[in-house]
Amino acid sequence: MPTPTEPGTSRPRAMASLPAMRQPAHRPAPAATVNAGGARLDIANLSAYYGARKAVQDVNLVVEPKQVTAMIGPSGCGKSTVLRCVNGMHQTIPGARAEGAIDLDGVNVLSDQVDPVRLRRRIGMVFQRPNPFPTMSIYDNVAAGLRLGHRGRRTPDLDAIVERALRQANLWHEVRDRLKAPGAGLSGGQQQRLCIARALAVQPEVLLMDEPCSALDPISTLAIEDLIFTLREQYTIVIVTHNMQQAARVSDVTAFLTVPAVGEPGRLVEVGPTSRLFSSPTQKATEDYITGKVG
Amino acid sequence: MTTDTLTPAPAPEVSAPVRHLQRRKGTNLAMTIVLSLAAALTVGVLLWVLGYVAAEGLKYLGPEFLTNTPPGNPADLGGGFLNGIIGSLEVVGIATALSVPPGIAAAVFIVEYGGRIASTVSFLTDVLVGLPTIVTGAFVYAVWVIRFGFSGIAGAIALALVMLPLVIRAAAEMLRLVPHELREASLALGVTRARTIVSVVLPTARSGIITGVMLAVARAMGETAPLLLTALGNDLFIEADPTHRMSTLSLQIFGNAITGFKAAQARAWAGALTLIAIVLLFTIAARLIGRTSRVGGR
Repeated sequence: MPTPTEPGTSRPRAMASLPAMRQPAHRPAPAATVNAGGARLDIANLSAYYGARKAVQDVNLVVEPKQVTAMIGPSGCGKSTVLRCVNGMHQTIPGARAEGAIDLDGVNVLSDQVDPVRLRRRIGMVFQRPNPFPTMSIYDNVAAGLRLGHRGRRTPDLDAIVERALRQANLWHEVRDRLKAPGAGLSGGQQQRLCIARALAVQPEVLLMDEPCSALDPISTLAIEDLIFTLREQYTIVIVTHNMQQAARVSDVTAFLTVPAVGEPGRLVEVGPTSRLFSSPTQKATEDYITGKVG
Repeated sequence: MTTDTLTPAPAPEVSAPVRHLQRRKGTNLAMTIVLSLAAALTVGVLLWVLGYVAAEGLKYLGPEFLTNTPPGNPADLGGGFLNGIIGSLEVVGIATALSVPPGIAAAVFIVEYGGRIASTVSFLTDVLVGLPTIVTGAFVYAVWVIRFGFSGIAGAIALALVMLPLVIRAAAEMLRLVPHELREASLALGVTRARTIVSVVLPTARSGIITGVMLAVARAMGETAPLLLTALGNDLFIEADPTHRMSTLSLQIFGNAITGFKAAQARAWAGALTLIAIVLLFTIAARLIGRTSRVGGR
């Protein structure tokens, strides 16, 4: 797949808006803007399918910038599916497709016109299990998105970008003297922060986190949660979690999804400010879930 | 569920069926002995083969053997297989160059792109692994040798056909071992699929793929049947031009072993040991090269 890049601007940030993605490769992009605090996502009537099976139905959710939006719900309710649709990762699963609209700066990212490769540079993702590249050093892991995303063109100030990403991920002080060491040699919690740094190095506007702490111990989890708290100043964050306490701790807005009955697609039941949703849910299903009656 | 609704389970009779425990211990001992013997037998046979070849080969293997061509009269003492060593390295080298790039490409296609065509390719590969190599030789004889004559190139083509399915299968197996999470991580960074394969998937599988390629090289080094019909052999002088008929170690071992002359048989044993040594050297070198990657090939 061709990945046109604008001359003189080596970072994906330069792609200020999605319509720019359709511009010819050599047309100068708008000057790189400082990250103004993430982008707004408007998910409308999203339904997702795996082959003939409908996994999610009619999800409507607005994700505001500079906020952490948590998605909670029982296993199989489609939280991760919704997350994957946002940055086109559902396309990597054979037979998966999405209907509806996910608006990012006025462009529907589900449209055929959108190049998923460029979309993913604006919307980063962190996965359930830490997955640093095993053949790469700590430094190379962080630099991977920039190096591999630009057909081998050198990114100026790569050192500075790597350092900044590692600082943002609260990992710099732990790895600064062993950047050439293999990334897989770090502890699980450090590996996950390395993966966050790797996602941040591409300078996305939105950060999707798919149960980022479920494979980590409580101390590492705390470190990641602290990190999420600082990152929300600059990024739009969507986090999927199984852990309701975690949602309560880190998020500003919580969305509850559930499966109404076995075999049915997952649906969004309720969304609201986290404190309100946990203290006075309006839906019976939400109340049952957060009080532990089900799930 | 509360515990007070449960009737307490009767205390397990730990000591009652002593016979059972003894029988199980007996079975365990017997099976351990059987499996140990099976393992010892397997390793023993392999060591016997290696030891026998080494003992017979070392009787004659020496500087003279490695620097000379065979004597004109096979009954004579002396001479060596230098032309065969050169021929083997050249023919197998060309065969490797012909088979490894398309083999790895086919494995990438099978594993990374999937689909019905890919499973067909995969199935055909498994069929081709079982193709008798004399058939491969006959095929190359029919389509190449009849037109262009016997040559090292023809031998290399035949060996490449032998190696290709082995390379595809080994590489595909190693690519399947690469965790899906790594591909996702790369794609989620906005890296294209092609670049993900080249820069993430293949490096991760590298050492396993190299090991698989080395197995194919070792196999090709020992192949004789397809070369009889293609490279033909040349015991008279050193031939380094692969467009001419060439000798290889395997052909010379075959040729000398069936003569019935003591001197020729001594050369054949020395040649067999040389062949093993070359394969071993290659394998060690490949291990050293591929040491840095993560899956497969220990």
